[in-house]
Amino acid sequence: MDNIAGQNSGNRVLVNITVLVLVLLWLLPTIGLFVSSFRDREQISVSGWWQAPFSVEQNFRIRVGTDTAREEGGLFIIEGNVFDEPDLMAVFEGERAQIAAFGTRAVATAEFAAGEQVELRQGGTLRVDPDGSFRVENTEAFGARGPTIYVGALTPPRFTLANYRTVMFADGMDRAFINTLTVAIPATIIPILIAAFAAYALAWMDFPGRGLLIAAVVGLLVVPLQLALVPLLRLHTEIGIGQSFLGIWLAHTGFGLPLAVYLLRNYMVGLPRDIIEGAKVDGATDFQIFVRIILPLSFPALASFAIFQFLWTWNDLLVAKVFLPSGAASQVMTVKIADDLLGSRGGDWGILAGAAFVSIAVPLVVFFTMQRYLVRGLLAGSVK
Amino acid sequence: MPPVLQGIFTIIIGVGGCVAYFYFSNLVLDKVIFPARGPNAGRNINRANKVRPWLFLFPAMFALGLYLAYPVVGSFWRSLFDRSGNNFIGLGNYIDLFQGSTFRTAVFNNLMWVLVVPAMATFFGLLVAQLTDRLKWGNIAKSLIFMPMAISFVGASLIWRFVYAANPDIGIINALRDFFGMTTLDPLQVRFWNNFFLMFILVWIQTGFAMVILSAALRGIPEETIEAAIIDGANPFQVFFQIKVPQIMGTIVVVWTTITILVLKVFDIVYTMTGGNFGTHILPSYMMTYMFRDDGRATAVAFVIMILVLPVMIWNIRQARAEMR
Repeated sequence: MDNIAGQNSGNRVLVNITVLVLVLLWLLPTIGLFVSSFRDREQISVSGWWQAPFSVEQNFRIRVGTDTAREEGGLFIIEGNVFDEPDLMAVFEGERAQIAAFGTRAVATAEFAAGEQVELRQGGTLRVDPDGSFRVENTEAFGARGPTIYVGALTPPRFTLANYRTVMFADGMDRAFINTLTVAIPATIIPILIAAFAAYALAWMDFPGRGLLIAAVVGLLVVPLQLALVPLLRLHTEIGIGQSFLGIWLAHTGFGLPLAVYLLRNYMVGLPRDIIEGAKVDGATDFQIFVRIILPLSFPALASFAIFQFLWTWNDLLVAKVFLPSGAASQVMTVKIADDLLGSRGGDWGILAGAAFVSIAVPLVVFFTMQRYLVRGLLAGSVK
Repeated sequence: MPPVLQGIFTIIIGVGGCVAYFYFSNLVLDKVIFPARGPNAGRNINRANKVRPWLFLFPAMFALGLYLAYPVVGSFWRSLFDRSGNNFIGLGNYIDLFQGSTFRTAVFNNLMWVLVVPAMATFFGLLVAQLTDRLKWGNIAKSLIFMPMAISFVGASLIWRFVYAANPDIGIINALRDFFGMTTLDPLQVRFWNNFFLMFILVWIQTGFAMVILSAALRGIPEETIEAAIIDGANPFQVFFQIKVPQIMGTIVVVWTTITILVLKVFDIVYTMTGGNFGTHILPSYMMTYMFRDDGRATAVAFVIMILVLPVMIWNIRQARAEMR
C-alpha cells in the first residue's frame, strides 16, 4: 500500500506493529511447547515457560541421616548443610543458594523463616540458616531415622534433555516414530505413479467420458474419510489384510489419489502443447511421451503432491486408529500421544511437550526446506 | 517380517508393479492385440489409441472406486442395518440418532464450526496477506504464520493444551487471569464457549492456508485498477474493500469452501482436547465413539456428514466443469 498518495509513516509503523503482534500470537504457543520440552520436570510445575530463564522457588525434601550424630554434653547433635545432600547437589552443582524458609511437614513446607529455631514433633529442635546449614539437637539419642526437613530455595533455571530421553526410551516413542515413518513413506510414494498416469490420460488423451471422469475426481476430492472407514475395514478383514501396515498403505493410497490426480492433471494441462505434439509427429508413443517428457517436466507438481501426502500421512490420526492394530508394536506417534500418553502421562507436561515435539519435528523440517513446493501445490490444488 | 522391511518391500513391489503394469500392458496392446503392421496396421493403431487411455486410467480408477466411491454406497447401505448387521431397520439408526441429545449437540456444534472457522481463518488470512504485501520482512512473517499447517492436529492440540491448561504455572490464559487477580478456571470446561476455544486451534492452523492463497490472489490484481482508484481519491480502506476484495471474491469463496470441507472432517482436535466431554462433540468425533462398537450408528453419522458436504461437492463439480469449457 506504500504507493498510496498521502500515506504517512505512522501508518506503516502501525502495519508493522500489527503484523508483529499477529506473528507473535501465532508463534507463542509453539515456542511455549518448545521451551517446556527442555525444562526440568519439577520446574515446569512451579513456574510458567515464559519464566524459564529466571530462577524459581523450588521445594526440596531432605531426610537427615543419623550416622553423623555426635554427643556433646548430654545433647545429641546433627549438623550439616542442605546443599550437601545428593538431591540438592544434583540441582545446584555445589553452589549455595539462599534459603528463605523451611518446614518440617509436607503440608507446610515453608512454615518457618530461615534462622528460626523450631520444635520437632518427635522431640528436639531444628534450625536451618539462610546459608543452608542446619542443626538438629535432641536430649535423647537419634533412632535410625532422622527428621525430615523441607526447604524452599531459589533454584537456577535448568534445561535438560531428560524429557526427550524419557519419551524416546522409556515411553516407546522411538518405536512409534519408526512406525510413523513406515506408514508415511510407502503411502507417499505408491500413489504418485498411479496418479501420474491417470493425470496424463485426463490431461492429454482424448476419449469419450473424459469430462465426466474429471468431474468425478473433483467430487471425490471432498468425500469425507469417515464414510470409508467401516466398509473398507470390513473389506480388508474379508480379504485377509485386516488391520495391518499393508491395509493402511492401501487406504492412504486410495484416499490420496483424488488430490494427486487433480493436482497433476492441472499441472500437466498447462505444459506446452508444442512439445507434446512435436514428439507425436516424430513418432513417439503415448507411453514414451509420458515417461520421457511429461514426467520430468512435471517434477514440481510431483514434489508438491509428495510433500502434501507425506505431511498428511505423517500427521494423520483417524486412518491410523482405524486401519492399524491398536497395540504398542504398531502404534504411530499421533495415536501414541492421543490414546496413550495423554491418558497415562496427562499431567506430566514435560513428557507431553517432548513427545509433541518429537512428532512435529520432521514435518517442520520438511515444511521449512520445501515450502516453495508446498505453496505451489496449494495454489494449484484448491479448486479455482 | 519387521514392518520396516515390509515397508521397503512394499515400496519396491508397489512402484515396480506400477511400472511393470504400465510398460507391459502398453507392450501387449501395441504388439499382440493391435499390432501396427500387416494389412490392418492403420486401423490397429487407431484402435490401440482408443484403448490406451483406459490402460492409463485403470489403476487409479480402480483404487478411487474401491476406496472412495464404493464406501459412499457401502456406508449408506450399512447404516440401514442394526448393530449386528443382520437386521434391516430402515432409517432406524437415523431416527435414534436424532432423538439423542448428544447427536443434536454435535450437529449444532458442527454448524457453529462450519460458520466460525472458515470465516475467522479467511479473515485472518486476508488480513495478514494484505498487511504483509509490501512489508520488507513480509515473507518471514508469512512463513511463520504458515508454519502450523505442517503440524498435526494432535500436535497442535498438545501445543494448545499448554495455552489452555487450568494451572497458572502452565497455561498462559490462567497465568493472565492470575495476574489480574482472577481465579483459575479450565477454559475447556466453560460450556458453550469451550467450543470456540477448540475452533481457534483449527483457525490457528488454517489461517496460513488462507493467507498463502489470498496473498497470491492479491498479487494478481492488475495494478491499474488500484492506481485509478487512488487517483480518484480513494483511501486505503476503500481501495481494499471496494477494489481489491471484489476482484479476489472468487478466490475467497474457494478458500472458504476448502476450509469448510476440512472442518467437516477433523475429529482430532475434539478427540485430543476434550474427548467430546463438556458439550464439545462434533459429528466426526461423535462418529468415533461408535466406531468399533456399533457400525450401524457409525455409518449413519458418517452419512450425515456426507449430506452436509454434498452442497459444497456439487458446487465444486460445477465450477470445475465451467472452467473446463
